[in-house]
Amino acid sequence: MPSTQQFCTFFIAGHCLGTSVAMVKEVIQFQPITRVPLAPDVIVGLMNLRGQIVSVMDLRRRLEFPERPCGQRPVNVVVQARDSAVSLLVDEIGDVIAVQEDTFEAPPVTLHSFVREMLRGVYKLPERLLLVLDIERVVDLENFTHGSVAAIGTNLYKAHATESPRRVQ
Amino acid sequence: MDEIVKDFLIESKENLDRLDQELVKLESDPSSKELLSSIFRTIHTIKGTCSFLGFTKLEKLSHAGESLLARLRDGELSLTPEVTSGLLAMVDAIRLMLAAIQETEHDGSEDHAPLIARLADLRNPPASASKPPLPVDSSAAPLTPPTSSSADSENAKPVPETSAVPAVLEEELADPSKLGGLLLQRGLVTPKDLAQALHQQEIGRKRLGEILIEQGAAHPEDILAAQRALESRNPEAAAETIRVGVSLLDRLMNLVGELVLARNQFLQLRNRLQDTNFLSLSQHINLITSELQAEVMKTRMQPISNVWNKFPRTVRDLARNCGKDVRLEMEGQDTELDRTIIETVKDPMTHLVRNAIDHGIELPEIRKQVGKQPQGLLKLRAFHEGGHVHIEVTDDGAGLNRSRICEKAIDRGLVSRQQADRMSDREIFELIFLPGFSTAEKVTNVSGRGVGMDVVKTKVEKIGGTVDVHSAEGKGTTIKIQIPLTLAIIPALLVTSGGERFAIPQVSLLQLVRLETGKAIEIVHGAAVYRLRGRLLPLVYLNSELGLVTHPFPETSDTAVSIVVVQAHGCEFGLVVDEILDSEEIVVKPVGKQLNKISAYSGVTILGDGHVTLILDIPGLARRARIISGSQDTSQKSNHPEATGVTGSQAFLIVESGSRRRMAIPLSLITRLEEFPVSSIELAGRHEVTQYGGKVMPIVRLSRVLSTGGPASTPAVPDDLLQVVMCSESGRSLGLVVDRIVDIVNENLTIEPPGHRAGVLGSSIIQRRITELLDVPALIHEAPASASEPAATAEKGV
Repeated sequence: MPSTQQFCTFFIAGHCLGTSVAMVKEVIQFQPITRVPLAPDVIVGLMNLRGQIVSVMDLRRRLEFPERPCGQRPVNVVVQARDSAVSLLVDEIGDVIAVQEDTFEAPPVTLHSFVREMLRGVYKLPERLLLVLDIERVVDLENFTHGSVAAIGTNLYKAHATESPRRVQ
Repeated sequence: MDEIVKDFLIESKENLDRLDQELVKLESDPSSKELLSSIFRTIHTIKGTCSFLGFTKLEKLSHAGESLLARLRDGELSLTPEVTSGLLAMVDAIRLMLAAIQETEHDGSEDHAPLIARLADLRNPPASASKPPLPVDSSAAPLTPPTSSSADSENAKPVPETSAVPAVLEEELADPSKLGGLLLQRGLVTPKDLAQALHQQEIGRKRLGEILIEQGAAHPEDILAAQRALESRNPEAAAETIRVGVSLLDRLMNLVGELVLARNQFLQLRNRLQDTNFLSLSQHINLITSELQAEVMKTRMQPISNVWNKFPRTVRDLARNCGKDVRLEMEGQDTELDRTIIETVKDPMTHLVRNAIDHGIELPEIRKQVGKQPQGLLKLRAFHEGGHVHIEVTDDGAGLNRSRICEKAIDRGLVSRQQADRMSDREIFELIFLPGFSTAEKVTNVSGRGVGMDVVKTKVEKIGGTVDVHSAEGKGTTIKIQIPLTLAIIPALLVTSGGERFAIPQVSLLQLVRLETGKAIEIVHGAAVYRLRGRLLPLVYLNSELGLVTHPFPETSDTAVSIVVVQAHGCEFGLVVDEILDSEEIVVKPVGKQLNKISAYSGVTILGDGHVTLILDIPGLARRARIISGSQDTSQKSNHPEATGVTGSQAFLIVESGSRRRMAIPLSLITRLEEFPVSSIELAGRHEVTQYGGKVMPIVRLSRVLSTGGPASTPAVPDDLLQVVMCSESGRSLGLVVDRIVDIVNENLTIEPPGHRAGVLGSSIIQRRITELLDVPALIHEAPASASEPAATAEKGV
C-alpha cells in the first residue's frame, strides 16, 4: 500500500498548486491590506490576522504569472513558514486532497529554472497535474534578484535611489 | 543535551557572576566570614556537580580553588590581591570550560595546569608570607587594608579551636544556613558549648537554639537575631520564584498588546451603544486590561544591576592594569528597565566605564600632585524621571580638555578655528561623539574620551535615547544617558501621506508646522527648503520619498502644507505630509522578514480600528533622502551648512558681489566659508589682511578687484560681518570678500570667452542667470604673498 499525503490545493491562472496541509494556517477571504511603499511588488502589503501582522504576497507575481484580471477577488492562504507567517494571494481555493506518493515526479526540466526552484515536484492526478510549492523558497525574498518581476522592482528602486541628490544649502 | 547538564550550566553561570562580585567585595572587606563561606560554597557546589557529571578537568580546577579557599576560610591565609587575582582567573577558566561544555558537552581540551599550579602555590605560600603581606607598594595594593590585623584577631579566636574540635563543628561552619555556624562566627557561643549542644541535639532531638538557651550558653535575643539573619540571608529560599522562559514572557507581552488593541476597538464600539450594563462591563474590562498590561510589562523589567554587576570586576581589573586606584560607587541598582533595553545599554555602559578609568581618572601620583585623593571615584547612578530612565557615569578625573578637542577637530577639518572659538563648551564636547574622533590617539591619551564614543551615541539613539556630556576640566566628567522605559509601547504621531497612514515615533519629533500656503517653500536646485525662524529647514516629501507619487516632489501651490519637524542623529529636517491626525500609544511589532530590508520602517502597529500601520524609521528615512549620509554623522550640518557637499570637480559656489553680479567659484579651490567682523581686518602695507588659523591671510574685496562700480560695499560699522570665501591653490591662500553667498550648483559649464576683464575666466548661464567664472588662481597670485613666516610661532602660541 503506497503512502498518501494530504495537500491543500488552490488555483492560479488555471494551474493547480498545492502545499502540505501542515503548512497552512488558515484560508480566509480577501482582507483589507495596508500598502507598503518601497516594498518589492510581490509583497502586496500587510494584513491584520487577528492581531498578528502578516505579509501578503501575490503568488501570481511571485511565480511570474500574468496579473490577475480586474474585479477578481483573490483568496488568502496563510502559510506558516519557518520564521514568519505569510499570506499567499491565490485566485481560488480547491479541496484538500490525499495523493499517493508513487504519482510524484520531479518538476519537469523544461520549466524555467526560477519557477522550478520554488516547486517541490509534481503529482500526476487523474485529471490534472498538482504542482507542489516549496513554501520556504516561495516566502524567502533574500535572494530575490532574478525573475522579471523582481527586475522591475529593483529597477524602480534604483530609479528612485538615483534621483538627483538633494543638497540643501 | 541532558536536562541536568543544562540546569548545571545555567546555575553555574549565575553563580560565577556572583563570584566575581563577591571576590571583589571580599577584597575590600577581607574579614567577612559570610562572603568567604558563600564563595566557598559556590565553588564547592560546582566541584560536586561536575564530578557527578564526569567533567574531570573542571573538577580538578575547582578543587584547586576550593582548597585555596578552605585555607582562607580557616584563617590560615589572608587575602592578598594576588590571591584574588588567582581566584578570579579561576572563575574565568571555569567560565571558558562551561562555554565549552555548552558547545561540545565536554569540558574542553585545556587542562589549565599552570593555573592549578598557581592556585597551589598561593595555597602554600613561603612561610614568611603567611603573615599579612607587607604593603610593598601602598598605592598599588590598597586593598590589603590595615584592618587585616583586627580581622586576624577575630579569626584568631575560633581558628585554633575549630581545628581542635570535632568535624561536626566544621560542618556547621561550612554551611551558613545552620544556626551554630552563625553563632560561632559572631562569637556568641564558644566552640566548646556549641559542640556540646550539637551532641545533645543528636540525642535529644531538640532544636539547637533551645538547647543553647537551656544551657545558658547564649542569650535568647542573640539566638532570635541569628535566626532572623539566617532567614533574610536566603531570599531565594524564602521568596517563591520560578524560572520562566523569556519566549513565554514575550508571547504574553504580545497577547497583552493584542488585548489592548481589542480593548481600544471595544471602547469605540461602546460609545455607539447606549446600554448601561454594557457600559459598566466595558469599564471593568478596560480597567483589568490596563492593569494586566502594567503587570505584564513588569515581568519584562529587569534591574539595571544585571548589567552593573560585572562592573566591580571590570573596574578592578582595568584599574590594576592601568596602575590606577579606583573606587566604584553604584546608586540605584534596582532601577528597572525593559529587557531589550538592558541588552542594548550593556555595551555602551561598559564602554563608558572603561573610558572613565582608562582616560578619565588620573594616575595616583598625578592625583596627589593636583591635590586630589589618590583613589579615584567612579560613580554609576540610575534613576527614573519623567517616564525615562536616566543613567549617569561620573568620574572625578581630569575632565575633558576643551583646547585639545578643538585642536583635534581643527586638525581633522571638522571645524575651523573661527568656528571653534565661537562654540560653547557643550558644542565642543559634542565633538567627541563624531565618528572621526574615535581613532584620535592624541586626544584619548591626553584628555580622554574618544574611542568609540560615536558607537555609544548611535546605540543609545537607536533605542530613542540621548547622550549628554558634562565636564569640568580637572574636576571630572559626567556622561548622562536618557533612555525610554520600554520599546514595546511607544507614543507616536499619526499622519497620512499618499492616502496611507503612518506613525512617527514621538522621540524623533520636534515640532509641527502648518503653512497656510505652499509658497513659503523655496526650491534650491531641486531641493525644497523652508525658512523656519531664520534657519533653513530641508524638506522631505514623504509621499515622493516613499514612491507614492511619481514626480520628484509636488509643485508648490496655494494649498496648505503640513510639516512634521523631526530630527535624526542631531540633524533636523521637515517631513511634508498630507495630514496630521493624532497621537496615540502604539504597540510596536517587527516588520516581516520579507520587508525588513527597507530602511524606511522601524516597525508595524495595529491601530484602534484594527488597521495595520507602518512606523516610520526617521533616521532610515533621513539616510534615504540624503539628509544624513551613511555612517557619517553630519550633526554639524545645521550649524554650518556651507561645509557640506563640498565635493565634485564640477561644483561651483555662486556668490554675488557689487550690483548683484553673480560669480561662480570652483568648489575645489574653496577651503571654507567664513564670517569675519570688519574690525578683524588689518592693514599690512597697502593690503588688507586678517589672522586666520594662526597665519596672515590676504583679503581681497571682490567688488574692488572687478571694479564693479556698484555702491561702495565697505560697511562702516566695525561689528558688521564680512562674508569671506577662503580659497587656496598651490599652498597659497586668499580670502575673497563677497556680498552674498547664493548657492552651490553642480554644472557642466559652457564658458563664453570674456570681454577683457581682470580676474574673470568667462561667463556662463547658471540657473537662468548670467554668471561669471572667477579666475581664482590669478587672483591668488596677484595678491601679496601671504606672510607665512610668523605661522610657526603663532601656531605654538595657540
